[in-house]
Amino acid sequence: MENLWYVAGTIFQLWMFVVVFFIMLPAMFGLSLGVTEVYIQVLVKILEWATLRIQRGRQEQPSAPMPLHTGIIERVGGSMEEEMWQLRCSQPEAAGAFCLSDGVYFCKKGLESIVEDQVTQRFSSEELASWNLLTRTNQNFYYISLRLTIIWGLGVFVRYCVLLPFRIALASTGISWLVIGTYVVGFLPESSAKNWLSELVHLTCYRICARGLSATIHYHNKKNRPQKGGICVANHTTPIDVVILANDGCYAMVGQTHGGLLGILQKSMVRSCPHVWFERSEMKDRNTVTRRLRHHIAAKTKLPILIFPEGTCVNNTSVMMFKKGSFEIGGTIYPVAIKYDRRFGDAFWNSSKYNMVSYLLRTMTSWAIVVNVWYLPPMIIQDGEDAAQFANRVKSVIAHQGGLLDLAWDGGLKRCKVKDSLREEQQKMYSNIIVGQNHVRTTKTCSETREDQ
Amino acid sequence: MGSRASTLLREEEIEEIKKETGFSHSQITRLYSRFTSLDKGENGTLSREDFQRIPELAINPLGDRIINAFFPEGEDQVNFKGFMRTLAHFRPIEDNEKNKNLPATEPLNSRTNKLLFAFRLYDLDRDDKISRDELLQVLEKVDVEQKMSIRFLH
Repeated sequence: MENLWYVAGTIFQLWMFVVVFFIMLPAMFGLSLGVTEVYIQVLVKILEWATLRIQRGRQEQPSAPMPLHTGIIERVGGSMEEEMWQLRCSQPEAAGAFCLSDGVYFCKKGLESIVEDQVTQRFSSEELASWNLLTRTNQNFYYISLRLTIIWGLGVFVRYCVLLPFRIALASTGISWLVIGTYVVGFLPESSAKNWLSELVHLTCYRICARGLSATIHYHNKKNRPQKGGICVANHTTPIDVVILANDGCYAMVGQTHGGLLGILQKSMVRSCPHVWFERSEMKDRNTVTRRLRHHIAAKTKLPILIFPEGTCVNNTSVMMFKKGSFEIGGTIYPVAIKYDRRFGDAFWNSSKYNMVSYLLRTMTSWAIVVNVWYLPPMIIQDGEDAAQFANRVKSVIAHQGGLLDLAWDGGLKRCKVKDSLREEQQKMYSNIIVGQNHVRTTKTCSETREDQ
Repeated sequence: MGSRASTLLREEEIEEIKKETGFSHSQITRLYSRFTSLDKGENGTLSREDFQRIPELAINPLGDRIINAFFPEGEDQVNFKGFMRTLAHFRPIEDNEKNKNLPATEPLNSRTNKLLFAFRLYDLDRDDKISRDELLQVLEKVDVEQKMSIRFLH
């Protein structure tokens, strides 16, 4: 019995030694020992080999599975106006009235959206171009070659038996030190020393957590980093986005107060620097929220607020509608684009499929998290622009930088039905075509139109 | 998502669907993947709610009627075969098919069957209240083969 305690004690001491010297000290100074870099390079080579092997295997066995990452259908055809015009071409006498053949356009569009639509695919993981040797993305790839199966098996062992325990231990160390550290710092009086210490604690602990996920983060354009008194907006893929961004700077988080472990974390964090936590009832009242945030940034000395205007996690292939609430607060907006490299592990949190714990387990048993973060130049609302237009402008800047598709659809469609007003818009568009602005078109004959095309 | 799709659809089923609808093997597996992603209840069939969850379909003025086209008379669930049968109407008519030796039944994506599909869109309660002749006359001049075809990728 004593021996067991002795062994446990030694292991614990060894672990603390490793963490303090190899992880915490470098993290405090923002340095890295280079272990993760080597690991990533080795992984890239293995994945490239696997891709070639699969391609070769597919040539030898034509029934081998094919990756499903390209689209299912090819959409041709232009706007509603153009298509309607083509359909009605043959019946000029139908201009200004409903025509039975109009239904064909809606019918085709409807069927196209049943086969492949732009919105529902954003709420599930993106398919990969090639297998990345994880069981979860497997489509019977491991029947292709023995060597591939062996490497996959080794990968399973390494990920579950070597990396997972290490990562869990590291992440729990990081989080507990964050709670303890911020709690202790909270005892100090308000001063620049307290702020500096608080930043140090936050940065160090977030970096330890990032190591706990084997995260490799590449920051671009650090000169555009969000400043105090500003608002940082970014696209949202996973709760880990917070850890990714907080590795390089301190932010004031915004969110709902939770109970349990997360609640403890929130309470101690707010002791050392002013985060903005709302009660559930307060969140419903937009004015309260806006007022508190405005108050926060008015004092130009407080940390920049971190907001995810999409309001929900999307799968990192597109940016969905930015809710205009964040853009009504005023102040300078610092857009940030975050793009995850899917080969090493899928960071997207599909909250309808996985709860937080299983999500974290899946993330910790992937190869690694490799992410690119681009800091974009600050933006402010311009004259004559309302909050919604400003939000769209920021969204397209982020989408462009991150190589993501810019969608106008609301991320809330993950859970809710689409608003009736959007359906009415379609109906309005159609009625305009029949009755309204298109008299000019009817004078053109069909053969002329075809020659133009 | 991918691994479930290829294991639950058996080769015989794929062959049957291939024969009936004319889709290729890879198109069928892809469409099966799409079917399973729409099937939130994970019971192998789609209900009307599953379709209505697609925003682009929900805002389509003919959305409800298109959804109805998938469900046979009086039923509330459609399985994968039924799904494919309806989608097959929208396969483009290829030249090499015109000479194929198909059994007595016409292929699902023939011009006549496309027209029948379009007709059923208007005949919501399926009691032949809209004059068929009128519709056919109107659609006679429409390039139905092209306008009611979707380019499925391989």
